[in-house]
Amino acid sequence: MNRRTLRKAKNAVFLLLSLVATMTGLACLAAILWTLLSNGIAGMSWRLFAEMTPPPGSRGGLLNALYGSGMMTLLGILIGSPIGVLAGTYLAEYGRNSRLSTAVRFINDVLLSAPSIIIGLFVYEIVVVRMGHFSAIAGALALAIQAIPVTLRTTEDMLNLVPVGMKDSSAALGAYPWRTTLSVLYPAARSGIVTGLLLAIARISGETAPLLFTALNNQFWSTQLNAPMANLPVVIFQFALSPYKDWQDLAWAGALIITVTILILSISARVILALLQAERGSGR
Amino acid sequence: MIPSTKPPRHLKMRPPLAVAAEAPKDLGPPKIEMRGLNFYYGDVQSLHNINMSLADNSISAFIGPSGCGKSTLLRVLNRMYALYPKQRAEGEVLIGGRDILGPMVDVAQLRYRVGMVFQKPTPFPMSVFENVAFGLRLVGGIRGAELKSRVESALRDAAIWDEVKDKLYADGRSLSGGQQQRLCIARAIAVRPEVLLLDEPTAALDPISTLRVEETLQALREKYCIVVVTHNLQQAARVSNVTGFMFMGELVEIGPSSDIFTSPKDRRTDDYITGRFG
Repeated sequence: MNRRTLRKAKNAVFLLLSLVATMTGLACLAAILWTLLSNGIAGMSWRLFAEMTPPPGSRGGLLNALYGSGMMTLLGILIGSPIGVLAGTYLAEYGRNSRLSTAVRFINDVLLSAPSIIIGLFVYEIVVVRMGHFSAIAGALALAIQAIPVTLRTTEDMLNLVPVGMKDSSAALGAYPWRTTLSVLYPAARSGIVTGLLLAIARISGETAPLLFTALNNQFWSTQLNAPMANLPVVIFQFALSPYKDWQDLAWAGALIITVTILILSISARVILALLQAERGSGR
Repeated sequence: MIPSTKPPRHLKMRPPLAVAAEAPKDLGPPKIEMRGLNFYYGDVQSLHNINMSLADNSISAFIGPSGCGKSTLLRVLNRMYALYPKQRAEGEVLIGGRDILGPMVDVAQLRYRVGMVFQKPTPFPMSVFENVAFGLRLVGGIRGAELKSRVESALRDAAIWDEVKDKLYADGRSLSGGQQQRLCIARAIAVRPEVLLLDEPTAALDPISTLRVEETLQALREKYCIVVVTHNLQQAARVSNVTGFMFMGELVEIGPSSDIFTSPKDRRTDDYITGRFG
């Protein structure tokens, strides 16, 4: 075997291994989606969006859980994203090379990959224990803590992509940094920052562990923020583990709803990014 | 000799290095004065003892090889260097008789008096109109009809009004590169600065766009003290009244462009303009 055929053989083996790995990953994903679809579709009905979670053995829906998930995700984003965006702005624009930034960036990376159950326990300790009971606001706080690192990172990255010349031009017109940030940099990075928000929503809307210790669950309709609140992930967790057929079906339907929502959010985020790049490309 | 007010129509018809702009006979009081200017990036000194005065209503060009300090010189005049840590200037720099390096100087106010255009066009992510109105809105107090007329006159002065008057509300980034650069010039002159700095304003443009920008500069000469840094010797010769040659952080010589390009006094200038290095 001469050197060239040896190289070709090596290449073929490597290609084969990569293909097998890719196929394995894709097959797992397809299997998950297929199981979800085949089991979830059966449970799909108007009742899901109109009735409360039922006691075992009777019919019902997921309305209170859908509302609760929506409300806590919204609150979580409203609390978490301003912190994430402003901290990202600090890292990108003000403290680019300061020691504080290096520390914040490192801690943020740790938080980004921290197990979510730890965040749940943390909020349990500082909020639930002090209040004496589980509550929706504690759940929202736990989700907010999860949203911060995602928005922080994307904001910093997107602001760093804005050409330096644009910032310098604004400063050269006599604009103070805050004005440059608000009037020039945020608009320039707008699509990217919005994408980060969508990704953060996608991330926190499926979280179970932080809510188990904070919002817990609620069998009934509740809009009170300082009381336990129903939410999809915990409902799925409880219903799926139960021995009752009705509950298991609802859990499958809920899982399908969450997955489809997250899929739509992630795809929109990608589409926005692609449009942004196309716009930049044609702008030149 | 072509009169300085009429820009050349066709570049091809001009021999290279022909001197278009006449040195102003009557320079009047200097607009910019530098005495003993030294500049440091950290511990590295990049400008050495610069002394010169530049007249109002004229175009001064600075030429020299890469890294000679000509862009640094420009960035001293509106204190852009202050945006970056560890950069400092020593000496005396006066614009309109007022010191600009002192600790009491309001940098935002200074940059309002001294406009700047960069090498790469940098339209802001907003409409053509808002791009030009940006500086005026920073100052405040200019609204409605007055704002509109100030924007229009800036766009006219930058010779781009006819091309954008029907798309004032289109995104500034949708214009062509040359139009973007003239938009940036309009944005810089909308606040009616005393001095206009241009850092290689045509380096990223094609020849036709370059010509348009040069014509714009010729027209603006009447109203402003213009300082332009360029790598393009023909450009310096075409547009400027006064040319300074910089080398290794020193101002080797400065004088009427016709003299610098035809009979430079310093050997290094001669070597540079005849293409022996740089």
